[in-house]
Amino acid sequence: MSNRTIKVEALTRVEGEGGLYVQLDGDTVQDVKLSIYEPPRFFEAFLRGRRLEEVPDITARICGICPVAYQMSAVHALEAALGVTISPEIRRLRRLLYCGEWIESHALHMHLLHAPDFLGFNGVADMAAQFPDEVNRGLRLKKHGNELLEVLGGRAIHPINVCVGGFYRAPKKDDLTKLLPDYEWGLEAAIEATRWVATLDFPGFARPYDMVALQHPDEYAMNEGHVASTSGLSIDVREYEQHFEEHHVAHSTALHSVRQGSNASYHVGPLARVNLSLDHLSPRARRLADELDIDWPCWNPFQAIVARGLELVHAYEEAMDIIRDYRPMRPSRIEYTHHAGFGCAATEAPRGLIYHRYEVDREGKITFAKIVPPTSQNQQQIEEDLRDWLPRVIDDDDDQTALDCERLIRCYDPCISCSTHFLKLTIDRGDSR
Amino acid sequence: MSTSAGKPKLGVFKFASCDGCQLSLLDAEDHLLDVLGLVDVTYFLEATSHIEDGPYDVALVEGSITTPHDQERIQDIRRQSSFLITIGACATAGGIQALRNWADCDDFIRTVYASPEYISSLATSTAIADHVQVDFELRGCPINQYQLIEVIQSLVAGRKPRTRTHSVCMDCKQRGNVCITVATGEPCLGPVTQSGCGAICPTYNRGCYGCYGPAKQIHAQSLTDHLIGEGAAPAHVVQLLRNFNSGAEPFRDESNRVEALT
Repeated sequence: MSNRTIKVEALTRVEGEGGLYVQLDGDTVQDVKLSIYEPPRFFEAFLRGRRLEEVPDITARICGICPVAYQMSAVHALEAALGVTISPEIRRLRRLLYCGEWIESHALHMHLLHAPDFLGFNGVADMAAQFPDEVNRGLRLKKHGNELLEVLGGRAIHPINVCVGGFYRAPKKDDLTKLLPDYEWGLEAAIEATRWVATLDFPGFARPYDMVALQHPDEYAMNEGHVASTSGLSIDVREYEQHFEEHHVAHSTALHSVRQGSNASYHVGPLARVNLSLDHLSPRARRLADELDIDWPCWNPFQAIVARGLELVHAYEEAMDIIRDYRPMRPSRIEYTHHAGFGCAATEAPRGLIYHRYEVDREGKITFAKIVPPTSQNQQQIEEDLRDWLPRVIDDDDDQTALDCERLIRCYDPCISCSTHFLKLTIDRGDSR
Repeated sequence: MSTSAGKPKLGVFKFASCDGCQLSLLDAEDHLLDVLGLVDVTYFLEATSHIEDGPYDVALVEGSITTPHDQERIQDIRRQSSFLITIGACATAGGIQALRNWADCDDFIRTVYASPEYISSLATSTAIADHVQVDFELRGCPINQYQLIEVIQSLVAGRKPRTRTHSVCMDCKQRGNVCITVATGEPCLGPVTQSGCGAICPTYNRGCYGCYGPAKQIHAQSLTDHLIGEGAAPAHVVQLLRNFNSGAEPFRDESNRVEALT
């Protein structure tokens, strides 16, 4: 049998840069490497010695698409280190901010980055000619998310209003309530968008995933909860590092996360969250989940786009509830004093669980930082998925095989800038066929 | 600007960065399809799988130079591009990752990676202009999307793009904000930081932390003298100047001067 190599030099419609290398011996998959060549920036190193107050501003810069996820994990971890308990009002506003990021990120990925794969387009510009209503809806929903981030966070990319203890300034009631008419339209449009993506042509492909996400007894987990998995894990966030560990592999500047002991891969993201917390979706999102032609829990990675849609609906509904009930709060932030300590936190970024741990000294300086982004946790899972997926698509020419691999990778909405601490496709078929 | 083939060809290129500045283009929701209609996007990995070889009439470059490979890649992009615009603090000043310029980078690699031998990284993070000629720069961490749209529209119309270079302090006065430093004593970089964000930090009751880098014709020492005179620890002032634009000359030089005092 001949050997064959297939390469994707640069993955597209993902955040950050990486490639894929696949080596085949006939129909046997010899090697799959998701190569992440995004240059390392060493956040965990240069955070040492910085004032803890700077951490939400600095870690936001790990990712331009999900800065709120970094800010939220950072402030919760530092508050754990300092023994700060935030007020219920601050807690609700943090969920509201996260709703803004979920709306922006999910609307972007569903309409502009992922839908073109199912409809056969290169990107939004060519898709817009045939699907103008869908593209314009996606842009409008995305804008709603950004507008909420601007009101509450000061700006959409790298918000400036998040601080350890709460917010620098409480938003004005009017500034939030004026978003409501657009959000009422947005909720209906999000439901319509979810029904639309649920009708896309999904390959019949299911995997025996161990799906991991935060779970909370009373709500759809965003900012807090215990770490749960579909294989029955249920642990306090403080035990995270006893169950999950990072490995450094030669082909990636992003560390691979695996289950401690077994070295097994696991799956984080919207599909994991919906599977683990279906009954905590908002009322309309929950009803919509039943109405769609999908059995939950769902094990088809291609249908993550539908899970994103359900979360989009949820985020609109919850955001409107929080805004309607909001009363400007005082103080907008809880005071604290510096003392030595350590703390960790996990929250749910749009693309999955994100874990931070910090140690601080008595002057409020960071002495240790550990950041585990969602995409580095999904990396090994994506490689395993590809091993299973490739035999179905290797009969095509190299270009089509490469495209089919990229489609699977994009289901994870990979965030490569984040994970580097990520993608090109190379398929090695030895002597070409 | 136009080419014989019609619409100018636009390439968007990424180096070490968070992707936030190129996302600013996708974030221009109301204008996105119009702007994409003005140009022929021939390289924009984040947005489209449609890729064409150069040359490019306009290149938007995000990110800083941190690897030997990227040192070569930027030369190649420059050779293929008629008008090269750097977007954001990473591209214009080295970004937050330029903090390694004051540290032992090998130590940084060992801190983050179990197998340092797998990592290929330069000891420094440097601005694009340190490597190739840059035709226009857009500041900010992140850039302002309206400035980006204005630059693209200007180039398509054949005008020279312009941005304002006054300080955040001026914008703050226009917004009618109470001065953070005067009222609370909290350090604010507004007097030395270039306009572009809309003075959002002081508007949200906090000091400016310099996302847009140094404004034109600043005297940074006047500010640091004042802050230290009011009781700020010099080490705090050094870190204030050393974040997202630490590699910008006025911030770099002043942080080095204050550090030498401590």
